[in-house]
Amino acid sequence: MRLWRFNGGLPSLAEHKNESSHLPIEAAPIPSELVYPLRQHIGNAAKPLVKAGEKVLRGQKIADAHGLISAPIHAASSGVVADISDKLIPHPSGFSAPCITIKTDGLDNAVTPTPLADYRQASIQELIDTVREAGIVGLGGAAFPTAMKLDNQSVVRDIKTLILNGAECEPYISCDDRLLKERAKQVIKGAEILLFMLGAKEAFIAIEDNAPETYQAVQLALKEHANSIIKAAQIPTIYPTGGEKQLIKTLTGKEVPPGDIPANIGIVSINVGTVYAVQQAIEEGLPLTSRIATVTGEGVTTPRNVEVRIGTPINTLIEFCDGYSNTVERLIMGGPMMGFALLNDEIPIVKASNCILVASKQEVITEKKAMPCIRCGLCASACPANLLPQQLYWHSRSDQFDKVEGLNLFDCIECGCCDVVCPSHIPLVQHFRYAKSAIKVKNHEKHQSNVARDRFEARETRLARDKAERAERSRKKKAALKGGSAKEEVAAAIKRSNEKKQQSSAETTK
Amino acid sequence: MMLWVLMALLPGILVMCWQFGYGVFFNIVIAVSTALLAEACMLHLRGRPIAPFITDLSVVVTAVLLALSLPTLAPWWIPFIGAIIAVVFAKHLYGGLGYNPFNPAMVAFAVLMVSFPKDMTVWALPSSLQTNELGLANALAVLIDQLPSQELIDGFTAATPLDHMKTRLGLNEVIGEIRTAPLFGSWVVAGWEWVAIAYLCGGVFLIYKKVISWQIPTGLLAGLFSISFLFYLLDPSTSPSPLFHLLGGGTILAAFFIATDPVTASTTNKGRIIYAALIGALIYVIRTWGGYPDGVAFAVILINMAVPLIDHYTQPRVYGHKK
Repeated sequence: MRLWRFNGGLPSLAEHKNESSHLPIEAAPIPSELVYPLRQHIGNAAKPLVKAGEKVLRGQKIADAHGLISAPIHAASSGVVADISDKLIPHPSGFSAPCITIKTDGLDNAVTPTPLADYRQASIQELIDTVREAGIVGLGGAAFPTAMKLDNQSVVRDIKTLILNGAECEPYISCDDRLLKERAKQVIKGAEILLFMLGAKEAFIAIEDNAPETYQAVQLALKEHANSIIKAAQIPTIYPTGGEKQLIKTLTGKEVPPGDIPANIGIVSINVGTVYAVQQAIEEGLPLTSRIATVTGEGVTTPRNVEVRIGTPINTLIEFCDGYSNTVERLIMGGPMMGFALLNDEIPIVKASNCILVASKQEVITEKKAMPCIRCGLCASACPANLLPQQLYWHSRSDQFDKVEGLNLFDCIECGCCDVVCPSHIPLVQHFRYAKSAIKVKNHEKHQSNVARDRFEARETRLARDKAERAERSRKKKAALKGGSAKEEVAAAIKRSNEKKQQSSAETTK
Repeated sequence: MMLWVLMALLPGILVMCWQFGYGVFFNIVIAVSTALLAEACMLHLRGRPIAPFITDLSVVVTAVLLALSLPTLAPWWIPFIGAIIAVVFAKHLYGGLGYNPFNPAMVAFAVLMVSFPKDMTVWALPSSLQTNELGLANALAVLIDQLPSQELIDGFTAATPLDHMKTRLGLNEVIGEIRTAPLFGSWVVAGWEWVAIAYLCGGVFLIYKKVISWQIPTGLLAGLFSISFLFYLLDPSTSPSPLFHLLGGGTILAAFFIATDPVTASTTNKGRIIYAALIGALIYVIRTWGGYPDGVAFAVILINMAVPLIDHYTQPRVYGHKK
């Protein structure tokens, strides 16, 4: 199979996969409390359907999607809703946001699942609705509502290729790797459902060449399954080859135009964990209430992959992995490259949490003091989007945002390759995030002021119109009076005003 | 990174010492110590931390490159003034490391060349051609500006081959005649050819270590080669061979060590080739029709000015964008 190469990337990043990938997936216990941030996906926050004190069952919908780009949330175990209040959420900002908290009863009573007997008999719309109702979002980290991606009905697109993203390019993370090793059959079934829904002609399961055993396992499952249009594709291990745009380039040679989605060039790319969730939703009737997450790093005693109920606080998960080791320094959600630090370990696992990295001091990328940029250009040769990070840095530092936009800042995927190769240790991605948000704020303000100006101008024209109308009315009135008794009118008016004057002076003398 | 550059310069420095005597070593010592002192003073005045900026060795590289471009028999104040100009004027007054638009070593060289033309054009003869041995005593004497007798000096100094070539071509002599002078030796240019080859080895090592990109040396050498080859084809009797241009003067040092200064070079891959090829062409233009025997410093400075323009027009195609 022919493969293509995207620009740059980091081919020799230390992988750290073995720490967690050698142990089989194990189910984490039911925690005493489950916490569900209402927004754990891209788009609108979900609307709660339960009240404090209400009893809930496993698989029961506790919050519903609000609008098309949104996703419902389901309880992962039975219990009682404790409250709906602001709690710390797993987000780089460290902000609090509304969360539903459930006190579990340990019984784990479930709603009776309603699987579809044969998905081929169902209408495609029905399948899309099932995926939407199951609350499935991209489990690779982006958490984009999957039903939106699969909806080939409202906007008809000619989808040719389905890509199952099993390229876990971030160091340390191995949850997709374990999933493919242990549950390849279900993933392949899920791929068949997706092929049916999208009408795609081919499907690739992308696996990095640092995981030959996983590739073998998938090959074997494919052989048993005898589906000739789903193929396993071994791709070179170059960070960030698992990035959607980079993976599409690697497998098809095509590039997604800026600001566009892959579907418009005939490609849908979905993380293998998400495919598994789709299969579970349609063939088992189970909504998304758990996911596989990697707990790893030198700071945890037994790094491993865990099937964890969404909403489980991280400390429960760490306990399950035999607790912290004495070298723990920082908690990171996601990988070391694109993950973010967490404020404490009471924060829950959400749908997008693919990894909890309990980093030791050595593992935390030490914050060396940034030196001036010497324009060496290593960042440009490492940039998988083929940008010029050094020039972006230069202009974003001096707030020259039009220049930064001209250099295509918004094509930056924030993968962090430039940070890693920079000999001056400049935190480039931080500067780019800053510039991006500053530009967004500026555009918003511009929009606001345009609206204000339009409103002001509308008011001005309205006032002018009113004035003209008034003038017109009085002109007409005058014209009507001109008929004869204008002088009498004037005399009467003078008399009236004189009377008024006398009256008021009389009142003041009183 | 800068340590690799210094190590890569080592073979060239040793060959230069062997060919041209102790002067090279004196130049380096004076330039480096002055530059370090100037750097520390400037950092202090500007309220910047001194240690990280000194230990990154970039100032040492600047000073060594300057020292290697200077005549090997210069009085002590030549490298001294040069280092101060490089560090204070060409670097810190523009904002320090990373902000200087012009190559500091070349700015210093150009200033010295314009201000002290006599001291800047007297080079030691290669050791094989010296009729009076230069020796440590004489080198020291020159250094402290106590010139020995003119007769003695003539025994170990001369104009550079480039200078000689230029002067003689100006007198309407043809290459064949000019090249009979002992200065040119039996191959390309006596002494210089070995220095150039030593620098070449160091430069290739740097490309191998990925400290410098291949685009700049290749572009510069290709630019200089193609234009000199063209004129050589047109008239070999008045145009020196391309090999003379490549191995004579400061070409190799410029290609691998001077033009590759990241701060003042173009940053895009395509831009680097254009930037370097322009320097190569300009070196030829200055050597042939300009007022100075070698054109490296002026060529580098002039093309440094064009870098923002080159960068602007050579941006790579961003992922997903059409050309």
